[in-house]
Parts: sequence; C-alpha cells; structure tokens
Amino acid sequence: MNKNPYSSHTDADRAAMLERVGIKSVDDLLTAIPKDALRPKLGLPVGMSELEIQAHLESLAAKNRTAGAGPFFLGGPVQRRYIPAAVPVLALRGEFLTAYTPYQPEVSQGTLQSIFEYQSLISELLAMDVANSSMYEGGSAVAEAAFMAVRITGRRKVVIAGEVYFEFRRTVRTYAKGPDLEIVEVPTRDLVAAADGAACLIVQHPDAFGGLVDVRAIADAAHAAGALCIEVTEPHANALLEPPGALGADIAVGEGQPLGIPMSFGGPYLGILACRAALVRQMPGRIVGETHDARGMRGFVNTLQTREQHIRREKATSNICTNEAIAAITAAVYLALMGPEGLRAAARLGVAKAHALAHRLGALPGCSVSTDGDFFDRFALRVPRLAPGREGSGYAMRNALLVDNVLVEGTSMHYGDRDDLIIQCTEMTTEAEMDALVAAIESIAASLRETVSAR
Amino acid sequence: MTIRTQVIPDSGVKTAVPALEPLLVEIHEEGRAGRHVRGGEEADALIPAAFARKAPLGLPELSEPQVVRHFTHLAQLNYAVDTGMYPLGSCTMKYNPKINDRVASLFADLHPKQPQSTVQGALTLLAELEGMLAKLTGMDAVTLQPAAGAQAEFTAILMFKAYHQKRGEGAKRHRVIVPDTAHGTNPASAAMCGFQVTTVKSDPHGNIDLASLKAALGDDVVGLMLTNPNTLGLFEERLREVCDAVHAVGGLVYGDGANMNALLGVARPGDLGFDCIHINVHKTFSTPHGAGGPGAGPLCVKEPLRAFLPKPWIVRDEQGRYHLDTARDDQPPAGLGDSIGRVRTFLGNFGVLVRAYTYMRTLGEEGLAEASNDAILAANYLLAQLREHYDVAFDRACMHEFVLSASRQKKQGVSALDVAKALIDEGFHPPTVYFPLVVPEALMIEPTETEPRETLDAFAAAMIRIAERAKTDPASVKASPVHAPLARLDEVTAARNPKLKWQRPT
Repeated sequence: MNKNPYSSHTDADRAAMLERVGIKSVDDLLTAIPKDALRPKLGLPVGMSELEIQAHLESLAAKNRTAGAGPFFLGGPVQRRYIPAAVPVLALRGEFLTAYTPYQPEVSQGTLQSIFEYQSLISELLAMDVANSSMYEGGSAVAEAAFMAVRITGRRKVVIAGEVYFEFRRTVRTYAKGPDLEIVEVPTRDLVAAADGAACLIVQHPDAFGGLVDVRAIADAAHAAGALCIEVTEPHANALLEPPGALGADIAVGEGQPLGIPMSFGGPYLGILACRAALVRQMPGRIVGETHDARGMRGFVNTLQTREQHIRREKATSNICTNEAIAAITAAVYLALMGPEGLRAAARLGVAKAHALAHRLGALPGCSVSTDGDFFDRFALRVPRLAPGREGSGYAMRNALLVDNVLVEGTSMHYGDRDDLIIQCTEMTTEAEMDALVAAIESIAASLRETVSAR
Repeated sequence: MTIRTQVIPDSGVKTAVPALEPLLVEIHEEGRAGRHVRGGEEADALIPAAFARKAPLGLPELSEPQVVRHFTHLAQLNYAVDTGMYPLGSCTMKYNPKINDRVASLFADLHPKQPQSTVQGALTLLAELEGMLAKLTGMDAVTLQPAAGAQAEFTAILMFKAYHQKRGEGAKRHRVIVPDTAHGTNPASAAMCGFQVTTVKSDPHGNIDLASLKAALGDDVVGLMLTNPNTLGLFEERLREVCDAVHAVGGLVYGDGANMNALLGVARPGDLGFDCIHINVHKTFSTPHGAGGPGAGPLCVKEPLRAFLPKPWIVRDEQGRYHLDTARDDQPPAGLGDSIGRVRTFLGNFGVLVRAYTYMRTLGEEGLAEASNDAILAANYLLAQLREHYDVAFDRACMHEFVLSASRQKKQGVSALDVAKALIDEGFHPPTVYFPLVVPEALMIEPTETEPRETLDAFAAAMIRIAERAKTDPASVKASPVHAPLARLDEVTAARNPKLKWQRPT
C-alpha cells in the first residue's frame, strides 16, 4: 500500500517503470550521493489519515482565541474586515489556486486578466499611474520602494517617519543592511527638514496612530530637494481621503490584506506598490500588460520583463519571483464586489465607530485621545498609570484588558517611549464590543483609584 | 487530444476590441452597486475638508451575479494542476491536497498582533514545523519568515554578511559565487546585498566545474550559492569537495532548496556540506502555487548561523508555553543581538505554513521518502521514453527532473518554444523552456510523484508526436497552439507600448 496518500502508483506501476528505466531499484540512480549520507533516519512522526489530521489541527486551533471570540480592537496594517461570501468562492477556485506564474499566456488568461484588473483597480483607488502585480506584504513592499528611490536618485539616505508602523520601519532597516543604506528616523513633523540629500521621504497616512498627515507638504519638500515621496497608505482610507496620486506621492505602498484577505496570523498578505508612469522601469516585481494574439483577440502577458531576475540576473530591479498573485486576485474580486459605495461604507463605518468610541473613552477619568490632530479609523489613547516603569500605562492597561478578554494594542515601546493604547475600528466593530471596552477601562481605572486612595 | 476549455457564452457586451471576456470596467453601469456593507454616512462630517477625497473614485459598479460569472469565466481560461499535468521544471507542480486548504481556514481569524497567550495553538504549530524542517534537512535552526525562495536567499546572504562582519572580515569579503546553471534569483539576491557576482561554468558532466570554482575562490569570497540537485536535475557528483573548497577560504555554502523534492529521506543537505538551505514549501510540501504565489521559504541553518536568524524567534519556556523573542524601539540595536532583524512585518506566510505542516504530518517520514522516490522514478521513466527523440543535455541518471534540448528540432525549424506551444494543443502545460541557460533550446521537465503512469505515458506520447511532426510538418508545430483560448500573444508590442491598466470607456 502507498505510504504517500496522494500517489497514484500501484506496485505494478512502479515495477513497470523500474523495468522501463532498466534498474532494480531507485537506489541504482543515486550513485552520486555519498554512501554515508544516503537514506538517513529523519526522526519525523508517522503519517496520519485525513480524519486524524483534521482532528489534530482542530485541537491546535482550539488553543487559540480567535478575533471574533470577544471584544477586539487590534488593527494597524492588518484589519478584521468583512469578506463577502463570493470572494473566497471565486478567488480560491482550483483553476486560479493551483496554477503558477503565467509563463504560458495562451493557457493563463484567467490569471493574467485578473491581475491586469487588480492593477487597474489599485491604480484607480490610489490615483497612481501604474501598480505592479503584487509584493510579498506591506513591510517588505516599503523596503523595496525605498530601494527603488535609491536606484532612481542615486542617493543612499532613506528618511522614514517615526509614525510609520514599527514593523515596517524595522523591515526597512533589515533590508537596508544589504546595500548599506543610511536610515534616518524622524517624527513626521520633522520630515521636511530632513529632506536634504535624501533619496526619499517615507510618510504614512493615516499614520500608526490613525493621524491624518499633510502629505502634500512633505511631497513638495521632497521634490524641492530632489528626493521622492513614498506614501505608506491603507486601502480603505483611500475611499474617503485624498489618494497618494493626488497628494504628489511618487510611490504608494501598503498592506493590501484588508481587501478581502483573511488575517491568518501574519500572512499570506498582499504588498501593494504603485508609482508614477515615469518610474515604471525601476519597479520591482511582475507587471501584466495588454496586447493581442495572432488572431487579433485581446490578451494579456507579463511584460517589461527586462527588469526581472530571470532575464537580468544580478542587474535586476529586484530578486522577486514567486509573489502573492492569489492575494491580488482576491483583492480584485473584493473590489469588484464592493464597488465604490461598498468600499466607502466599510471605510465610513470604521471612521464613525472610532470617533464615537474616542469620544466615550476620552471622557473617562485620566484618559485622553493622544493622536496628534485629526484621526481616521483608529486612535491612540493615553490611560492612567497602572504600574511603575516605562510600560506602566498603555502596555499595563493592555495586559489588564487581556485578563477581561478584550484585545487592544499597547504601544510597547515601539514608538519611542510612547506608552499608550492604539484602538482600531472597522465595519466589524460592534456596539457590544465598544461597550465592553469602555466598561473594562473604566473599571480598571476605578480599581486603581481605589487602591491609591486606600494607601 | 485537445485542451478542454469551456465555451464561454457571448455576454452581449461590446468590448473595445475582440476579447474572450470583457473587462470589469466594460460591464460597469452606475447604480449597480451591491449591498455587502452599507451605512456610516455620519463619517463624512468627521473628515476635515482638506483631507477628503476630491479625486474621482473610478471603481466599477457591478452586481454580484456579474462578478461571479466574470471571475468564473476567467478561471475557466486557466490551465492548472487541478485540470491537468503541469510538468514545469524546477517548480514541482505536484497535486495540492484539499484538506490542507480546509485546515488553514481554522486559523484565518487570528490577528498577528494578538497577545501570545491567545495564539498558543498557532505558535505550537510553527515551532513543530521548525523542528520537522530541521530534522528533514539536517540543520540546527529555522526561520519561517521568508515569503518565498528568493526572500530566503536575500535573508541568508544578509546573514552571511553579518557573520563575516562579526568575524571582522566584512570589509574584505564582497564576492558571491554562483554556477552558470543557477536560478536568476541567486545573483539578484546577492546583488541586493551589495555583493559582486562571480559566475562559474559547468563541467562536461553537468556539475559545477571544480577547477574553475577553485580558481574563483579567495579570501574575498562571501560564499557559494548552489542548487542541488542542480537545475539540470543532476546531483552534484563532487559536492563535498565543492563545499570543502569554499569552506577552506572561509566562505559559506548556501543551498537553494528549489529541488528538495528529490531529497526527502534520500539525503540531508546538512550532511552534505551546506551551511544552510531554504525550502520552497509551495514546491516540496504541496502548497498551492496560487497563480504565482504565495509561497513560503523557510530557511534552515547550521549552528554557527543561528544567532543571525531574523527575529522575532519562537522560544519555548519550561512550562511548554511559546513566546516571541522580539526587539523594540528602545533597544536598537542591542535588542536584536546578532540577528539581522525582521525581513517582513509579521512571522511568515502562516496560511501557507499550515498547509505545509499538514502535508508533512499526513505523509509522515515514510510517505515523504516515498514521494521523493516516486518523483525520481517518474522523471527517469519519462527520460527513458524521450531520450531517443530529443537531445539530452547531460545523459546520466537524473533526479526528480531532467533537461532535454530541442536542438535537433531547431535544425528542422522547430524551436523549444514551438514544442511548448504544441504541447498545449496536446492538452498539457508546457515544461520550463530556455532554462537553464547553459542548454540550448532547453526543455526542463519535472513530472512529480503525483502523476499517474497513464498520464506520464500520454505526455511522452505527445512529446514523441511533436518530434515526429517537427520532421514531417514543422509548419503545423509552429502554428500552435490552435486549441487554446488564445493563439500566441504579441509580447513585443506589450513591452514597447505598455498598457498596464484599463482605459475607462468615455
């Protein structure tokens, strides 16, 4: 019997194949392998039936607390958003899911047209000239955008705002160790002053605390200094806010997960990267273009491939090969289903709920909204000090809320010495969750006051 | 045999040019928007006018029935593993088990920033997967962060750089060596780390040429990037000598694991001289290729490289609980130690890694070994049938794939590309063509272990028919495909006059 349940070979098949090859056993083909290294014992577990593996994975999953299992306010680049039922039904069809990179366009038009439509939809949403067919995810997309700016300007200084997501900034720092780029982190308000000699200014809008940023002023300063402006954006924000292309951004990047892709504990996600037309030949990644076939029918192909590693090798604009195509197709299906009104509604609901919640939380004793200026669908909240030390406020509150099964981010020294909560709302946030958060913070703060007054 | 594509009924839509399926923007009508989410109008007053969108939001408005038909029609234009044999060399297009997709959805509703106490099941799975990959490859430590093989290469070369810097040799080591058979990602990854690339040629048996390698080595070498079995489908015959020579000058050996499907239970890269190796789980561990991605590229390393692995690390405490060892803004750079830092926002392509874990646990040690055995047998079985009809680049026993050359057919006027397009008419996805670069008119064929023998026989028969037609009727081969949704596409026009998004009808 087969030990690999997905094999189609019978023992008779194998015997016939060995005979055709003219050998007694597969080992006769392995003479190039050092004898002492051949067929090692690995110490891996024995196999399982499908029923057994399903039960095993269910038992692992049971040890997690899912987002929907209680009040939930985590967000940032990854957001709990409503996914229309038709999205996975379409995007995860076997004809998409089990194909690979469309090297043979005649039998890959499904992939190619879907990705062309993704590029078109993202270009519309961001008001940019051109989007590529996907990057791995948000953080590495920001890093590749910085590399792009370095190639275009010939400069080596990358200036990034401290209000860009911590994880994005750290990814950029790691990537920068490759070509030894200089990374300068400054608060958003100081970006303009740091433009001199920079390859790019990287600004996030809305920023990590949900704050709205005057990107136009930063883009103008970048251009005056001969630098590029890279805007880190979020898909839904563009339904309501002026998009990067209208603000003077040269490159727009971001995490595309909110466009119908599950949160799935960190990936797979969708790196969005779009730019002005003049920069397209420095773009990383694959790009689909329209053409026609020998009979004059419209068709689509991977194009501008002379940027890519399989042609240019060490002179390529990036090493990217396998990307996140199915995530791009998912985003295209999501945007097609939601349409402009659906996308606006989802974005508006997050904004409305965040403002209502901020109003209630900001009124609690010792609490105040700490995002600078106007905010979008998330905000920072300063809370009373619960414990001594540098994480005695926001991070201590986050831990206290966890005991009540309420999930909120504490800034945890990821943004300088800032020690606040970050609270994200989306269309999924319910009134009951908001009530639970307000009640929990109120009660934790009240018990603290009792402790203090008892002293 | 012809490729079976469903006839798509005329949608009645006038497209800008003759087309198989209209673009979304061509079926848009104002007012057709769906009702998936609604409300929130009070938000508009909360956004200051200076920030509000004034640019038009030109997304198409469509009904759900239209969207469903549109993407269903598009899906039907694709060839995929679920529809037929897909012998794309170096890509390991094996069957993608459906249970893997289902169990991945058990973890869909987990946010990567959740407190560690709420994701112990997910962390347990990742830690167990790291352990299994280490055992399988004979390595000591693993990172699951890289999203694909190419990102694993970049990660590893960054680690090599940090390793040499730590030893005070960072300034002098600036060259990475790759064989002429290497994937394009190898030199591209090295270049992203600021290194020069030295290419070494292959010997007459399809191995890296040892004498040329030794001549290229020196104390300015960072390391060697080597695929084994190499892209010719051949196991490097003097692998240990190759690795020893690199180590002798203080360099490190990177294993490109694209071809790991030949080695499961057959040999461990850690026993052969490699300092690290990446795994393409979308190849070896059956996770779906997703029309181009996502994949995942776990990187497995020997002990001396462990300290340089990207953080956060998954660590287990004495009570058996898992924690993430991360660094924060108040700890640069000391909080990282020797780690190069994160190469992505969060822990990895988790949904892909769940599928790989499920596959490994389903097959177990014996099933994995059988998979590699069958993959090697299938490739040699096809090679035996095709050897007399096409030139063989290096005629020795292959591993899980082999490279033919259409040089003979080229003299008859039929190129490797023509053979590929003729295979489409025979109902098969073509193999990888024109790679590796060292073989003229290359056809790189990887059948995998999951194709039934009947399918292998049918593929061989199709290849033989095409070889015969190249002799008797080359024009018909050059005219193919005629049974695919489209005939050959004009790639030159696409590149010369790039149309990279739709034009909204006016």
